[in-house]
Amino acid sequence: MMNTALKAAMVAALVATAACSKKKEELPPPPPPAAPVETPYTPPAAPVTSTVVPGSVEDFIQQAGSDRVFFEFDSYQLDSASQATLTKQAGWLAQYSNVKVTIEGHADERGTREYNLALGERRANSVKNFLAGQGVAADRISVISYGKERPAVEGSDESAWAQNRRAVTVLVGAAAS
Amino acid sequence: MKRLISVLSALLIAIVATPAAAQLRVDINAGISKPMPIAVPAFTTPALASTVAGDTAALGRQVAEVVSNDLASSGLFKPINPSAFTTTVAYADVLAPRFPNWRTVAAQALVTGFVQVNGDGSITVGCYLYDVFSEEILAREGFSTQPAFWRRAAHKCADAVYSRLTGESGYFDSRIVYVSETGSQTKRIKRLAIMDQDGANHRFLTNGQNLVLTPRFSPSQQTIAYMSFAQNRPRVYIYNIGTGRQTLVGNLPNMSFAPRFSPDGQSLVFSMAQGGNTDIYRMSVNGGTPQRLTSAPGIDTGPSYSPDGSKIVFESDRGGTQQLYVMNADGSDQRRISFGGGRYATPVWSPRGDLIAFTRMGGGGFRIGVMRTDGSGERLLTDSWGDEGPTWSPNGRVVMFFRSQRGGRADLWSVDLTGVNERRIPTPLDGSDPAWSPLLP
Repeated sequence: MMNTALKAAMVAALVATAACSKKKEELPPPPPPAAPVETPYTPPAAPVTSTVVPGSVEDFIQQAGSDRVFFEFDSYQLDSASQATLTKQAGWLAQYSNVKVTIEGHADERGTREYNLALGERRANSVKNFLAGQGVAADRISVISYGKERPAVEGSDESAWAQNRRAVTVLVGAAAS
Repeated sequence: MKRLISVLSALLIAIVATPAAAQLRVDINAGISKPMPIAVPAFTTPALASTVAGDTAALGRQVAEVVSNDLASSGLFKPINPSAFTTTVAYADVLAPRFPNWRTVAAQALVTGFVQVNGDGSITVGCYLYDVFSEEILAREGFSTQPAFWRRAAHKCADAVYSRLTGESGYFDSRIVYVSETGSQTKRIKRLAIMDQDGANHRFLTNGQNLVLTPRFSPSQQTIAYMSFAQNRPRVYIYNIGTGRQTLVGNLPNMSFAPRFSPDGQSLVFSMAQGGNTDIYRMSVNGGTPQRLTSAPGIDTGPSYSPDGSKIVFESDRGGTQQLYVMNADGSDQRRISFGGGRYATPVWSPRGDLIAFTRMGGGGFRIGVMRTDGSGERLLTDSWGDEGPTWSPNGRVVMFFRSQRGGRADLWSVDLTGVNERRIPTPLDGSDPAWSPLLP
């Protein structure tokens, strides 16, 4: 739109100039355009991006690879991938000994409500026990179960259920950015 | 609680009803293959008078509708469409129906009645049941209440009819507490809500700020035990319907859940989780030290008392998968009673004492079933992707439960013991975790 308007204006100006020049052939050529005025260079505004600082939730997730581990159906066993994640979580927690954690245990929707509350608690305790085994003081770790009440993702298929059968390590008293 | 309704049968019964030899009777075990045709014309009034709930003629029409809907919902009766009636009912006809007119519309049973305003502003609903062919009166009862409670009088009339024709006690004058649900799967808002058994008089009890689960009526129906995530500490609370007060039960160190009252209403059984192990405890409704009833490693939950209070049925995965167990009320003599394929959960003892309703999981479905208290005679009543959490009607003839669909929607359903009469219970939003009250006083 602007461009079109601009072009139209320029064409109009050229036509006008042409018309003018024809009429004023005898006049001396117009003076050359003034040299552009030099203005001091202003660099473009630099965007300020947030960065991960040590001790933050993001740092925890980055260092540990994930804040959560996943479980098989109706299971509270930690597989090797989960153990690797938790080992790294424990390492981070060893670095930041002022940080406490709450382990949230969750279940998928394919279990009954009361049982899933107990199952979520069982999963959260699996994680707690593993972290404690890695040297995190037990009194820094609390657990809560949400059963099937707080799925991470919507949907009622295997992929959603796999992501919802989880235990999440939530930092308490760490800087969240 | 103040007794809102008083039975005035004594006043209304002029003669003692003697059951006829050849009785009009509904076979409750036969399902709805042949529901009994019944006529429920508008209740009449001896004198037109206005009340806060409308005039007595309008109330009479509404009472008949409620009675008719109750009876139809049982699946055992087929109320005849009033447009087919060949006669209207005047006040004089209540006690002396013109039976030939009712025979022409093929009614087997007839319910007549009246609504009158009393001197103190209360109303009396008179309720009469007749055998159309033998022209005998089968039941006559009167109920007095404040006009605002007219629906309860209608439910009591329907209960009287149901009871007289089936030989079972009724269940229509009762309420449901449940969890009203709304919002997406990941951010579900849950509120306690209460309503009449037919969905009328709906009201919310909690505001949705805290996640609430598994409400259960006390035997007096004046309090409700449930679980709340208030202060991010999931624990058992008691809600007082009269005052709206919510009281934490006991001072337990860990998550407590799955509460149910004892038949005397003095104590609760519930689960408490500790270090990944969940056991069943009993505690006074006033708190105090909980008594541990199970100690097997694993998840023991879903406790439910037998109506005489001597036994408790519960679910446990101690054997590898969720199965049903029965124990004595003190925790002794724990015996497994379910042995079918799949997993069994959420057992609830029938108020009649004869059956246990449960959720059975397997083959990609969650179904509602019943079995005898020794585990024999198992029958599945529903077949669905997500039926869960049965609760018994006060007479032990109907089971209500919630049905989840893929994607997170859920609503309340009921099914009778034949498994044939399956109905959705209307709720303003989604619903889960229903609990049926005892019959109201």
